[in-house]
Amino acid sequence: MTRRLILLLPLIGFLVLAVFLYQGLSLNPFHRDSALMARDFPAFNKETLKDPEQRVDESLFLGQVTLVNVWGEWCPECKREMPQLLDLADRGIRLVGISYKDTREKGMGFLQDFGDPFEVNIFDPEGDLSFELGVYGAPETFLVDRDGIIRYHHTGYISPEDIRKHILPEVGKWQ
Amino acid sequence: MSIQMIPEIGHFALVIALLLAVAQTVMPLAGATLRRPLLMAYARPMASGQFLFVAIAYAALTASYMLDDFSVANVANNSNSMLPWYYKFSAVWGNHEGSVLLWSLMLAGWGFFAARYSRELPRDMVARVIGVLGAVCVGFLLFILVTSNPFERLLPHVPQDGADLNPLLQDIGLILHPPMLYMGYVGFSVVFAFAIAALLGGRLDAAWARWARPWTNLAWAFLTIGIALGSWWAYYELGWGGWWFWDPVENASLLPWLTGTALMHSLAVTEKRGSFKSWTLLLAITTFSLSLLGTFLVRSGVLTSVHAFANDPSRGFFILVLLGITVGMSLLIFALRAPRVSHKTSFNWLSRDALLLINNIMLVIITVTVLMGTVYPLLLDALNLGKISVGPPYFNALFVPLTVIMCIFMGLGPIARWKQTEVRSLVKRLWLAGVAALVIGITMPFVIGPEWNAWVAIGLVTAMWIVLPMFRDIFEKTRHASTRIAGLKKLSLAYWGMQLGHLGVAVTIIGVAVVSNYNIERNVRMGVGDSAQVAGYTFTMTELTSRRGANFLADRAVIEVQRDGSRRSFTMNPEKRLYIARGMPMTQVALRPGLFRDLYVAMGEDLGDNTWAMRVQYKPFVRWLWLGGLLMAGGGILAVADRRYRRLATSEDPETAPGPAPAKEATA
Repeated sequence: MTRRLILLLPLIGFLVLAVFLYQGLSLNPFHRDSALMARDFPAFNKETLKDPEQRVDESLFLGQVTLVNVWGEWCPECKREMPQLLDLADRGIRLVGISYKDTREKGMGFLQDFGDPFEVNIFDPEGDLSFELGVYGAPETFLVDRDGIIRYHHTGYISPEDIRKHILPEVGKWQ
Repeated sequence: MSIQMIPEIGHFALVIALLLAVAQTVMPLAGATLRRPLLMAYARPMASGQFLFVAIAYAALTASYMLDDFSVANVANNSNSMLPWYYKFSAVWGNHEGSVLLWSLMLAGWGFFAARYSRELPRDMVARVIGVLGAVCVGFLLFILVTSNPFERLLPHVPQDGADLNPLLQDIGLILHPPMLYMGYVGFSVVFAFAIAALLGGRLDAAWARWARPWTNLAWAFLTIGIALGSWWAYYELGWGGWWFWDPVENASLLPWLTGTALMHSLAVTEKRGSFKSWTLLLAITTFSLSLLGTFLVRSGVLTSVHAFANDPSRGFFILVLLGITVGMSLLIFALRAPRVSHKTSFNWLSRDALLLINNIMLVIITVTVLMGTVYPLLLDALNLGKISVGPPYFNALFVPLTVIMCIFMGLGPIARWKQTEVRSLVKRLWLAGVAALVIGITMPFVIGPEWNAWVAIGLVTAMWIVLPMFRDIFEKTRHASTRIAGLKKLSLAYWGMQLGHLGVAVTIIGVAVVSNYNIERNVRMGVGDSAQVAGYTFTMTELTSRRGANFLADRAVIEVQRDGSRRSFTMNPEKRLYIARGMPMTQVALRPGLFRDLYVAMGEDLGDNTWAMRVQYKPFVRWLWLGGLLMAGGGILAVADRRYRRLATSEDPETAPGPAPAKEATA
């Protein structure tokens, strides 16, 4: 009898897994870690969102711990995320945005409507800088340390809980 | 017949194939149960017919691609009139619908060959094997016809041109990687069918194991090549220089490989010693189930990755149902019937049997850790415990030490004898190899690296510990022959296959250890005339040009590379391409491959003023990763070619000689 039960174990294990897979079908997919973890922020030279005349490059990140947030006007999760980003800016954390696959007007409109926690926004209409970063979609957030090295990667929406649990400890670690 | 009809013919052929597959399932399985030879005789013709009609459907889709028939949605979305012909040919499987069709073609193909090369098997066994394979085909053909029809038309508004193939997939790697991988995945369906047939028939003897082994080895060899190709492709095509990302889909291919490896070894014990029977059956079922799980993960959208196809929840649900029926039924049959085939034998705790058991346990533990890491985020999410990401740190922290432990036993296994091995003789034959492995492994990092590194040393000791006892064993086996050469010739192909496979593992381990720890990477800003120094090489940009390819525009850098202290120099040409139809930028890496090091230059961002962000890397021993994979696959194929499988198969009819077949002299 016990042998019978042991032989049933694989079936039971599989059924449990199948239940989870079924639930997984209705959940948001999950992103993996950036391939650029612990590496230099990719070199770039881009216009800022506000001013086509002003250009920024990777030296932007030297000397200060920075949260880099990839966002787009077309992305509803980014709108939900804004209050948390404003909260982070209030705490004195430096934020830099990457305006991902947007036009200037839409990007500026977004900041007017939902607030602007960013010191500066890098304009990335083709998404090629974001491609270099390994971004799959918005929002995604990278923590860059004072030497310009990527230290932490958050995919998807940042909840108030994420700030307390992940973002603040990570920022503290590298500051 | 006009071009416009081709897709309809393909679609119709798929429907016929489905009907034939239903017949291939129902008739032989019913015949085997009711002992009706006439019904069982349906097996072979139905399997052949089904293969033929799936092949017609596949050829029809390929023809639509080659002839640029953009009225077919699949062609319009994934091809373009400017695409070179070989990419049109491979674009067929560069998308969800086409790749499932390729899956089905291969499944039908394996079924066809299993039917063809099983003349000497008992009739009811053949009927059951082919019936089970037919059932799997029914599932996949239904999946195609219901949710993923590749022949869907865009009528009457036919697009002028196609959207082009994703530039990432326009590469020799895509031509080769998926077919090899699928051949491996699907190939395990044969041993799966053998396992279910054995459970249904209640008969599992040495002849059965001998039949299942070549099919398993072959599928495993394909899967090994497929995984190695995938890793190689990621290395030069994704532009990051990584070769394994622990991406869910990579893991999905690694899982059946791990259990497949365990299965090969367990089958050896079942054949030689008649033990581990239930275990072998369970592994056969698990391996194919994991292949199916991999398909589910890629196509359902529950996990995202570079590999994921455009997702549709209805597809995910369908595959889950398919997975549930196939795996659930198999495991239920296993639970109910396994006691009938089990057979007890005794062996000592120091014997090849025991060492193979440990190998199996280790492989299963590794499989479970990788599986957990892959689905853990999903489990947490489903339980509402938040979203987490399991990254390379988790996998490396578990996979590396577990592999090292397994390799310790791997050095012992081939030397040990079946049933019982004397400790003294084992020590006598191994102490020298052990000492030599330690000495070589600890000293070599000084020679190949900039500084001594403990991980490299561990890797090298492990690799040597696998290889040196092997040499010693070959030396011993040929000692009594008249000449060494004669002795080497007398060793069976299966034995050489095992040795080659193990050598491959050692070579891969060396590659992994060295490249992971001695890899040098620099990101530099370069304009014409600028140079950078990496690992004793000077990289100088001499020119920036642009060129036009068949369907892309490219910025191209000419980099002159000179090794310090050497006069000779060579050039490398990395490119940044813009694929016109999709407007998608792509990095074309410049590689200077070598057995002991690769030089790797990739163009990043255009920084303006004719300067570019360049990624320069020095990758020692990276080729060994894939070389090891090829050796492993070679070992698997060599073992299939062993005479034993053909000779004994014809001389022994298990129906006239019931009971366990006499165990052959243990050489492999």
